[in-house]
Amino acid sequence: MLDLVKYVSYATIGMALSVSVSQASERVFNLGALATPEEVAGWDIDVRPDGLGAPVGSGNAYDGEEVYLDRCAACHGDFGEGVDAWPVLAGGAGTLDSHDPVKTTGSYWPYASTMYDYIYRAMPFGEAQSLSHDETYQVVAYLLYMNDIIDDEYEVSHENIGSIEMPNQNGFVLPDPRPDVQITDANPCMSNCMVPTQIIGKARDIGVTPEGE
Amino acid sequence: MNDTKTNGVISRRALLGGTAALGVAGASKMTLAESNPDNLPPNVSEWTPYLGAGVDANPYGMPSEYENHVVRRNVEWLTASTESSVNFTPLQDLEGFVTPNGLCFERHHGGVPEVIPSDYRLMINGLVDRELIFTLEDLKRFPQTNKFYFLECAANGGMEWRGAQLNGCQFTFGMVHNVQYTGVKLSDLVRETGLKPNAKWMLAEGGDSAGMNRSVPIEKVLDDCMIAWAMNGEALRPEQGYPARLVVPGWEGNMWVKWIRRLEFGDMPYMAREETSKYTDLMSDGKARMFTWVMDAKSVVTSPSPEKPILQKGVHQLRGLAWSGRGKITRVDVSIDGGKNWKTAELHGPIMEKCLTRFTMPFEWNGEELLVQSRAIDETGYVQPTIQELQNVRGLSSVYHNNSIATWLVNKSGKVDNVRLG
Repeated sequence: MLDLVKYVSYATIGMALSVSVSQASERVFNLGALATPEEVAGWDIDVRPDGLGAPVGSGNAYDGEEVYLDRCAACHGDFGEGVDAWPVLAGGAGTLDSHDPVKTTGSYWPYASTMYDYIYRAMPFGEAQSLSHDETYQVVAYLLYMNDIIDDEYEVSHENIGSIEMPNQNGFVLPDPRPDVQITDANPCMSNCMVPTQIIGKARDIGVTPEGE
Repeated sequence: MNDTKTNGVISRRALLGGTAALGVAGASKMTLAESNPDNLPPNVSEWTPYLGAGVDANPYGMPSEYENHVVRRNVEWLTASTESSVNFTPLQDLEGFVTPNGLCFERHHGGVPEVIPSDYRLMINGLVDRELIFTLEDLKRFPQTNKFYFLECAANGGMEWRGAQLNGCQFTFGMVHNVQYTGVKLSDLVRETGLKPNAKWMLAEGGDSAGMNRSVPIEKVLDDCMIAWAMNGEALRPEQGYPARLVVPGWEGNMWVKWIRRLEFGDMPYMAREETSKYTDLMSDGKARMFTWVMDAKSVVTSPSPEKPILQKGVHQLRGLAWSGRGKITRVDVSIDGGKNWKTAELHGPIMEKCLTRFTMPFEWNGEELLVQSRAIDETGYVQPTIQELQNVRGLSSVYHNNSIATWLVNKSGKVDNVRLG
């Protein structure tokens, strides 16, 4: 089970903000209308790492392959390799500390819940929220299968989406350590500074800047 | 390239001689404009004797046609589609500290939705006492706040991490804009719903095809976040979130969710795609920083710059912009010798926190090579770093939060290049 409560305190430590908690003198205006449970259910589509919000449903990679090939592969490739500049979805294990890291759902994404959340709300590109809940679980299962995280019979569902262990689950660090660069207390060198002034690269020579007009 | 001059004017042919090799956006604007003597003293200019356009000609005014090169530009190879892409503010052509609405850079992930204002709703749900839905008119009945803030994409300058790559001020610094927002403070809005004691995080969600979603810690929500419906005195532009967007002052632009449709309060972060697989900073050891929200102090010289060559010898005004997500800009230093020697520039008010600040410095150019840099300092004492200082700490795999000092090489013909020093 994921222990995410720690992030709350991390974020709090990371910020020194003056927050007025007591706002008793501020008034309530009685604006807005009460949302009905049906209204909330229709829009509350997010799925959290602990599984909160995951709609009832399930799917495995065996069924997911068909959905993936039909709805996803045109951009992401039959094997999740990515067509043209569209995102690569599979592979990349062991590359994160290399000169050319490949960040995929398998190599980089820390939570399977994020895959459900994102695929349902935003995919296929230009056909948002068109997959059924079962189809979404199937596609998540297929991506996990392509990344060797589950086998093709494993049923991904609302009951386990919050507990599937992702390879890079512990790959993220908190809190934000910035300012992280040695600074000179607002009195930086003003004259005869020892800095490199050799030109080692010109954007012009790379030749990727769009032309004018 | 031939530096031939005619009557003190660098000829268009000379500057464009290499055409494709030139590689500077807006290249045809690099020459001094040629004048028609018939319009010059002592002659009567051609626009003087006749009546001009009437007041019904332009119900919504546009810039002069002679300014039509001042536009947002995109880099086609950068993304797979223009609907999930970015364009850039032409900082090099702007003055003061306010960005005109039509020139504010765009970044969307599923195109610009056409939201019908009468059908617009903002839902607030989760760990609140009352789950409420607001219309746009409801939002406008709250006490309003009017604030100038910069908005910078965390990926601004991201293409320059490993070296000088794009030859333009616009393409390397243009994912920032600065407008005045009108809206309601979130602290006022959530008083209507009430917050449960364990409401520690807010999920902001857009109504666009990307359903953009980001988690914001409650301290920031209650500090200075707002829901804005206007920018620079008029309704938000569609590409900036019409009819309403989230404003998260000083923090990375991705969090400023546009076309905002829902705020959910919870007791832990939601770990959306944009705060896990994106907008995290991969270090050289393979670990990635998460929740790096603040935009650190940064500055850029907008003229001279690759799009703004120096066309004549003599006196010029160096111009630039500085900003910090941690507060006010207190000082900007400028170097013309690659950082060996610095002079403090003049700051032009108003100087406001989390806001672009204009700086200028007069300089004399006599045809020598210059290596132009600027260095911002904010009220926390933070000094804008060099790219080497950033790389020493973060390695080479970062995409986001490159706030390093850029270098423009002015060559002997006045042409300007984005270069990397080392």
